[in-house]
Amino acid sequence: MTGSSHISIQGVHKVFQSGGQDVHALQSIDLEIRRGEFVCLLGPSGCGKSTLLNAVAGFSLPTSGTITVDGAVISAPGPDRGMVFQEYALFPWMTVEQNIAFGLQIKKTPKATIQAKVDGLLDLLHLQDFRQRYPKDLSGGMRQRVAIARVLAIDSPILLMDEPFGALDALTRRNLQDELLRLWTELGKTILFVTHSMEEALYLADRTVVMTYRPGTLKRDLVIDLPRPRDVASPAFNSLKKELGQLLLEEQDRHQQDEFRGAAAD
Amino acid sequence: MKGFRHAASGILVPLAVLALWQLLSSRGWVNATILPSPLQVLVKWWAYLRPLEAFDPAMGSYLKWCLSGELIQDASGSLYRVLVGFFIGGGLALPLGLAMGYSRLAYGLFNPIVQILRPIPPIAYIPLSILWFGLGNPPAVFLIAIGAFFPVLMNTVAGVQNVDSIYLRVGRNLGASRFTQFTRIILPAATPYIFTGARIGMGTAFIVVIVSEMIAVNNGLGYRILEAREYLWSDKIIAGMFTIGLLGLGIDTLMSRLSSHLLKWHRGLEQG
Repeated sequence: MTGSSHISIQGVHKVFQSGGQDVHALQSIDLEIRRGEFVCLLGPSGCGKSTLLNAVAGFSLPTSGTITVDGAVISAPGPDRGMVFQEYALFPWMTVEQNIAFGLQIKKTPKATIQAKVDGLLDLLHLQDFRQRYPKDLSGGMRQRVAIARVLAIDSPILLMDEPFGALDALTRRNLQDELLRLWTELGKTILFVTHSMEEALYLADRTVVMTYRPGTLKRDLVIDLPRPRDVASPAFNSLKKELGQLLLEEQDRHQQDEFRGAAAD
Repeated sequence: MKGFRHAASGILVPLAVLALWQLLSSRGWVNATILPSPLQVLVKWWAYLRPLEAFDPAMGSYLKWCLSGELIQDASGSLYRVLVGFFIGGGLALPLGLAMGYSRLAYGLFNPIVQILRPIPPIAYIPLSILWFGLGNPPAVFLIAIGAFFPVLMNTVAGVQNVDSIYLRVGRNLGASRFTQFTRIILPAATPYIFTGARIGMGTAFIVVIVSEMIAVNNGLGYRILEAREYLWSDKIIAGMFTIGLLGLGIDTLMSRLSSHLLKWHRGLEQG
């Protein structure tokens, strides 16, 4: 265990019961994440990347092994690890403002402080004109901005992001990726980001961890030391993309064979 | 222009029905005792609405005199019973529904008896209600409360059980206590269901009030149309029926306005 680790994942296994059979979703996962590091978990669906993220969030604890944050073992969800979900999960009965303020109200923050903080976040994420709107009246990109603002409001040192931009169109997606990088640079959060897009991982992360398809293990831990802002058309970017693509393809094949086997068995 | 045409086409069929009805009656093709003409109904309706005696300042204010007509008295009597019964029935169903939706234990304890009692139509309680409460408002309110109870209960249970688990995960992630989860997430998320239940419950209450007045009460709209039959006043029966219909429409419109005002965030969203 190194002193500089913010999140430390050690020997984590996760076994699910499915149809009377044990499914090894995660197996022997060891991962150290430094403070302020931006790490992407990359892999095909079914590789357990979301399971790992949920374990760090405390929603479903590992079957064995430990996850610690600042040396303390995780046993439940908590506001020190703010989560952004793919499906936004904004409270539809609250306005943009109320959604952002919710986490602060839980912490019994004084009203004036909440107002100031919400104002600041509305500014930071360019949401001033939408503060009174309900989520149903916002586009997908706007909703995800609100979801990010809601998590930033509680000042968690760690941001967990579960394919947050997966449902957005390419342009909005790039826009929010840039926005996220800006916030990350400004606020110095530690980010664990799940994606199935190689390009997204390469564009955002300091490190990209590729996971294997069932059982979910760490296949490759790749440091991406390209300078930011990254040029997706540069040769360096594309050679990394090729390398990642090769790794992912192998896992994708195993995933497919498994599905064919499943279909044959049915 | 479009709005006008829309409204115009909306009254076309009712007008045609009225015209045909008037024709049938004024030509003498149907017996006026069995089916009086629309005009005759309207005249009777006006007589039913009007105060019975001439205005006398000694008896009270002008407004009170205006409202002293039989129809107003009947309608307000019926409305009173509906509201009291609805609030008792709904008021008991809401907390029980919230508990049953939230806690598996409460659901396990109460669901069997609810499932046994629920299919019994409120009307079937009439004999018992008279035995227990005699005649007048109490048995009527009891029946109406039963009518409103089950729709509110079932919808509240469904509303709480169908709260999307992702909202609860967000709540836990942000550090919400169980109490906060309940009041700020589960309760608002369930309100569209609860309002639907209230609207159905109000509709049931309105049906039950008419029936209960026919049997256990000696005023109100239900009583009045049954009484009119004794005298073969078919015009009064029909006038009473239209009043019941208009009152029901009014209540339902009010409920739906209220719910879409309170559920601004939900308008245009798919439920569930």
